[in-house]
Amino acid sequence: MQLMEGEKEQIISCVDEVLSNSTKEKEDLIPILQKVQARLGYLPALAMEKIAEGTDVPTVDVYGLATFYNQFRLNPPGDHEVKVCLGTACYMVGGDITLESFERRMEINEGETTSDRRYSLERVACVGCCTMAPVVVVDDEVEGKVTPTRVDGIMLELEGKNGKSGDNNSSNAGQNTGSKDDPTKEVGEQK
Amino acid sequence: MSELVKITIDDREIEARVGDKLLWTALENDIYIPHLCSIKDEKRPNASCRLCFVEIEGVDHPVTSCTRKVEEGMVVKTRSQRIDRLVKTGFELLLSDHDLKCAQCAANRKCALQTIAKERRIKLRQKRFKLIERDYEIDDSPAEFAYNRSRCVLCGQCVWADREEAKVGAIGFTQRGINRAVTTFEEIPLADSICTECHLCVDACPVGALYYKSDLK
Repeated sequence: MQLMEGEKEQIISCVDEVLSNSTKEKEDLIPILQKVQARLGYLPALAMEKIAEGTDVPTVDVYGLATFYNQFRLNPPGDHEVKVCLGTACYMVGGDITLESFERRMEINEGETTSDRRYSLERVACVGCCTMAPVVVVDDEVEGKVTPTRVDGIMLELEGKNGKSGDNNSSNAGQNTGSKDDPTKEVGEQK
Repeated sequence: MSELVKITIDDREIEARVGDKLLWTALENDIYIPHLCSIKDEKRPNASCRLCFVEIEGVDHPVTSCTRKVEEGMVVKTRSQRIDRLVKTGFELLLSDHDLKCAQCAANRKCALQTIAKERRIKLRQKRFKLIERDYEIDDSPAEFAYNRSRCVLCGQCVWADREEAKVGAIGFTQRGINRAVTTFEEIPLADSICTECHLCVDACPVGALYYKSDLK
């Protein structure tokens, strides 16, 4: 996953801070990883390298730990997070087919994030509403009886939201910069 | 320095050092016990291959001989119905996802799996478990050797060599469950990692997962 502008500095300062508040012992590795993930939302390769350096553990062991536990994610959460349930009930009625449809639509594998960071896809084990199987959680909203056709629908809705939120963001950003610029201009003019 | 005592393995009286691991005492006395993951100098054995079971008089269940220390007057059996059953199951599970193309394998005829199969008369082609076909890409990036993940038995001999002998730390166990593997950081090719290509790991591999390219005909 390509790092975004300024992300590198953010990762380094985050890891440094977490490490400075820890014992830097091997036993402390899991809490360190948890804290870094809580701040960054995921564990970038750079963070794992820095943690390995700080705790004097081979980088591959940090990677081993991060890939062993389900709680750690190696890819950043997307703007829209899709979680496909593969609990017993969902699996029995074809949750894996639903997951596959998402993988095909997003052109990524389970556990990954699209390169534009719009979507991330995860599998979960039981959301708690098995009567609606197969269940998918899209940005904290539960969708029931998700067939591959419904997957297309969900993706269309998300694409629609993207357009809107994208516009909103850009207009907001425009307003913000405008309002920031204006006072200085005024000040400048006044002076 | 350590005390010498007499123990009995398969009706043979043997002089052994107290505190030594049973597996290695037996092997040193030419008594074969199947094993893959045991490392003589390792203080806390992984005991992960589940093949070195023995029965000890006075102990209810078969135990792994790689973790059991020699005690005075121990009476050990390396074969029994219970042991054979455990070893057969463990072995068949190991082979259920093993790339069994011995004829095309660099370790053919010197493979630890073949030795175990021969010694314990277990078939290499097991039919009890559903075969999982592995088709991992072979990492042939190093100059002299290559790594075929589909043939790895996860014994950890290479990781030990990498850490304790070479002191590099390029490879380690990653992922979980059925996807467990020995890989580099981020699963990049060995040549792109911090691997120094000292090939101590290749020498340590008991099967044909890490092999010299020159051994492949």
